[in-house]
Amino acid sequence: MRFERPETIKQAAQMLAGEKGKAFILAGGTDLLVRMRTGFVEPDLIVDIKRIAATRAIETTASGFRIGAAVTGAELGEHAKLKKAWPGVVEAANLIGSKQVQGRCTMTGNLCNASPAADSVPALVAAGAKAVIVGPKGKRTVPVEQVPMAPGRTSLKKGELIESILLPKRPARSGDAYLRFIPRTEMDIAVVGVGVSVTLDAKGVCTDARVSLGAVAPTVLLVPAAAKALIGTKVDKAALDALAAACSAACRPIDDKRGTREFRVKVAGVLARRAAEIARKRAGGK
Amino acid sequence: MSAIHVRTTINGDAVEYVCDADETLLDVLRNRLGLTGAKEGCSTGDCGACSVTIDGRLTCSCLVLGAEADGAEIGTIEGMADGEDLHPLQRRFLEHAALQCGICTPGILVAAKALLEHNPKPTETEIRFGLAGNLCRCTGYDKIVRAVMAAADDMRRA
Repeated sequence: MRFERPETIKQAAQMLAGEKGKAFILAGGTDLLVRMRTGFVEPDLIVDIKRIAATRAIETTASGFRIGAAVTGAELGEHAKLKKAWPGVVEAANLIGSKQVQGRCTMTGNLCNASPAADSVPALVAAGAKAVIVGPKGKRTVPVEQVPMAPGRTSLKKGELIESILLPKRPARSGDAYLRFIPRTEMDIAVVGVGVSVTLDAKGVCTDARVSLGAVAPTVLLVPAAAKALIGTKVDKAALDALAAACSAACRPIDDKRGTREFRVKVAGVLARRAAEIARKRAGGK
Repeated sequence: MSAIHVRTTINGDAVEYVCDADETLLDVLRNRLGLTGAKEGCSTGDCGACSVTIDGRLTCSCLVLGAEADGAEIGTIEGMADGEDLHPLQRRFLEHAALQCGICTPGILVAAKALLEHNPKPTETEIRFGLAGNLCRCTGYDKIVRAVMAAADDMRRA
């Protein structure tokens, strides 16, 4: 196994593209090292992207925020401006693992690990986040929901890697939230996760919404029908009932040791309702 | 397997070592540098027994490659006491008998020190959440939490 620390994203893409064996990208390593340790993967090449300056910074841009692929959960939690604009996204990222894991784990890693139960991904999808992907053929920007294809599989092609995640600028009276169900209070894998983002007008009527579900299908889902249930309403009881029904209807979950199908379908609706209420309050609605 | 030359700082001292590309920082500390304070528990980042700080950030050394530490500042349990003078956390752990078998203790001390640096006056709940990444199978945690609260008190008075 070889270990490389390129200084530019272009060099990283070239190394990944040129490797004949199995190449893996290392940012936080909280998934990769576990998979190496358990013998699940045997890399021929590891490309550590943390020396690439663009992967390390949270930048405020004219169109929102650019979050480098190697920015850790702890760094997200310490960024007051980002937390104010996108509290749901930051809370979701900060739910991943322990303090020790927070010191290393990244949202981009969470996305590329392509677990249906990834905590930060429903929050990113609800936020309308985009991934900036760099590869041998140049740069492309895609909505984050187009990155995971199936458990453990992404749409990234050979030689491609994510440089950063873009979060849009917040219009006035906007709020987001992420909630998950776990049987413990901390350090567990989501049985169901729900991300909700809303924008209200001056009268408190929802003008824009995005709703996303985790752990209830092979990939994180964007649920347009659930967003539609909120838009044009004051996010009142009737709207929340419709939201919960739309979320439950969108679930295609498995039965496993963490939760049954019936439980996940029901809880998706319950959590969506609660997350929407938090998002509405954060947007200044009553 | 190609050997990688790493220059790093551990507990304030410049340290150089050579390691394999797939060797963890935990294995480097224990097997190459003789710093056996960090323990190997689960090796998958769940138990916290191998906790160290890297550039001031708490992390599991089993989830870091030795090669990644090049240019970094590492803090381990060996750097906690000042010569013979124990750190307030270490003193309070002794007084409160906040350990039994002791395997988790170095990791918990490193994690508790990092916690108090960020939050000098934590509540009991904050301590329990802050140390959720450190598993102890002996104490039931209560004495650990009390010891951390007492040490936080000492450190605020100092």
